[in-house]
Amino acid sequence: MTFIEFLLRNHEEILGLVAEHLFLVAVSTGMAVLIGVPLGILLTRKPALGKPVLGFANIMQTVPSLALFGFLIPLNLYLFELKILGGIGPRTAIVALVLYSLLPIIRNTFTGINGVDPAIREAGRGMGMTDRQLLFQVELPLALGVIIAGVRVATVICVGTATIAAAIDAGGLGRYIFRGLRANDNVLILAGAVPAALIALTADLLLGALERIIRFGGGVKAKTKRLLWSGAAVILFCVGAPYFFMGETSGRIAVGSKDFTEQVILGEILAQTIEARMGSRVVRRFDLGGNLAHEALVAGEIDVYVEYSGTGLLAILKHKPLKDAREVYRRVKDEYARRFNLEWTEPLGFNNTFAILVRGEDARKLGLKTVSDAAKVSRQWRAGFGQDFMSRADGYPGFAQTYGFHFQEIREMDLSLTYRALAEKQVDLIAGNSTDGLISRYGLYQLADDRHFFPPYDAVPVVRQSMLEKNPTLRQALKQLGGILSVDEMRELNYAVDGEKRQARLVARAFLVKKNILAGAIPTN
Amino acid sequence: MSSRGHANRDVMDAGKSIEFHNVGFRLPDGKTLLADLNLEIGRGETLVLLGRSGSGKTTTMKLINRLLDPTGGEVRVEGRSTFEWDPIRLRRRVGYVIQEVGLFPHLTVEENIGVVPRLEGWDGERIKARARELLSMLGLEPDRFRARYPRELSGGQRQRVGVARALAADPPVILLDEPFGALDPITRREIQYEFKDLQARLKKTMVFVTHDVREAFVLGTRIGLVKDGRMIFLGPPELLLESNDPEARAFARCFHEARSPENAA
Repeated sequence: MTFIEFLLRNHEEILGLVAEHLFLVAVSTGMAVLIGVPLGILLTRKPALGKPVLGFANIMQTVPSLALFGFLIPLNLYLFELKILGGIGPRTAIVALVLYSLLPIIRNTFTGINGVDPAIREAGRGMGMTDRQLLFQVELPLALGVIIAGVRVATVICVGTATIAAAIDAGGLGRYIFRGLRANDNVLILAGAVPAALIALTADLLLGALERIIRFGGGVKAKTKRLLWSGAAVILFCVGAPYFFMGETSGRIAVGSKDFTEQVILGEILAQTIEARMGSRVVRRFDLGGNLAHEALVAGEIDVYVEYSGTGLLAILKHKPLKDAREVYRRVKDEYARRFNLEWTEPLGFNNTFAILVRGEDARKLGLKTVSDAAKVSRQWRAGFGQDFMSRADGYPGFAQTYGFHFQEIREMDLSLTYRALAEKQVDLIAGNSTDGLISRYGLYQLADDRHFFPPYDAVPVVRQSMLEKNPTLRQALKQLGGILSVDEMRELNYAVDGEKRQARLVARAFLVKKNILAGAIPTN
Repeated sequence: MSSRGHANRDVMDAGKSIEFHNVGFRLPDGKTLLADLNLEIGRGETLVLLGRSGSGKTTTMKLINRLLDPTGGEVRVEGRSTFEWDPIRLRRRVGYVIQEVGLFPHLTVEENIGVVPRLEGWDGERIKARARELLSMLGLEPDRFRARYPRELSGGQRQRVGVARALAADPPVILLDEPFGALDPITRREIQYEFKDLQARLKKTMVFVTHDVREAFVLGTRIGLVKDGRMIFLGPPELLLESNDPEARAFARCFHEARSPENAA
């Protein structure tokens, strides 16, 4: 599909994402102005605060967004009944964006006011202006051009960084960009990046024009000015007010997912099963970046998502790797219950781990079943591994030692390219992802990990205990999904979305109908 | 009235507008900018503070509207110590003109003139009328100039607007800190004479800081000559010419040379 075709076919969705993006940028920049300008003014009155405040704003700009989200999501700060901080969704995205855009606004307010000619300031004081009158009648109007320049920088930064909002289900053009990056789909990346760039350029032009009017025109009549300001305030209020009321799931069950294709399909499978069982729509909060799905679950922002047992053990609980799948499952189930009040329900049935792959024909010809079988015949083989596999603890070094591999040559390349390299006989063995759709597409064969070198990554829904207690049908719904997905089936579903570009929602629905969990006809795209 | 203070009390009017009693001003680092100043300025008088750059004349002036507080002695304005005045109220009773930069660049001529009246809560119509009146008084056609911004004016026009702004709320006292310093000599001369006429009509108490001895002679009813933070001469201009003080003679020489034809070229 070309870029233009994509735009024509999806223009409604794109406009929706653009609107979400604009909303995030407008509210964030507006709030950054409301906070940053007074702070900048304060610094001109209390210069001792300059270093700590500017230092803080400086540091905020360097904090990686996922780390910042991880810190913000569990906060759960309430002002009366209104949740004002914490959780996933636009609220937290806006808080992060505000923190990122503060620096240029504070700095420009500070330097703008300090840059006012001291003689003019003294004239004002000599005429009997109070400090407040001096500020509002002389210093701020004269510094306004510089302040607007700061807002302009902050806005452009904000348009760019707002793409990260997609990592916490806050919408915006980042959705396309990240989806495109994951699926290696340039059209999708462009469909997100081009409108974002256009927004940044437009905002830059408009604010630049405003800056020039204020700096050099000086001829904006006081009335017009007042009208402009009150107009801006009204708009900000109208746009900003919903900020406090959004993201409330109001008792409905919320299903989350991480930010890759398989997770979105699994999210849909959970959501549609629960909807069918409980007869009520669930809230979908997909595409959560990094370990944010876990943070969101602990914070009560979502009620269930699919986690992998190895990830829970290593990345969340920070334990050493264990080989035995049952043991891993038991450990995470126990500790999650104790530490987080979260329950690991029935495993879905497949293990998403490293898959040692060979061509199907070679497996048949040489009678290869296990990795050990391959180790015996591999002296003349070339292997293709991704950078990740070459570098991690449970990757190549331990793997080669455990099985006694000596390859003729090892080629390090991007993971997504290894499947093709294997199929085209450029290499003879690769370490892929066991659920990747390309495995069945290219007719590759996964060798059994007979020495259990790779930690198990069994996919299991993790759910909040309080939700299970409140909704007995939820437990039944999740029980239905126990053992429902083999690794082959997961590959097919992944390929249907990544390879055939079908919608995850419909792919999941077709699967559930086939498994008699949903009634009705199998949908087609 | 007791006769405290310095000997020179050559006052035109009966009332005293501004008094300095043993006033000193020292910086926090201990440097003395002004020492033991005694001075009385009568109502309607124009005192010119004359001296070289850094002599302490601007410091003296800023003690009057409390932009600075004396570190010794006291300054009285209209009979009250500046320490007792609320600085904001005091400054609105004292007009202030500084070099041309003092006009607010983001306000029109009319708005600049109206600053103090607006702070004092005058209504818009009254401010407009007052601005018109002052512009005419200073020889600027109101309809041509009131909507202009300072950068659209010549140096002389800006200075006239500065004076109009200081006069706007009709303060009894006006302070002028080298107001004509940045003007070309011809404009400067014109505006000095216009200002002298204005002064004769308005009968305000004025304190005028300059280092231009000719200007001091044109405008001053008395001249106070300041050197290194001390007032070394205080009296009418003609007496300055007769003084034996070396600094006074230096300034007197400047005055004579400016008038002698061989220096005109």
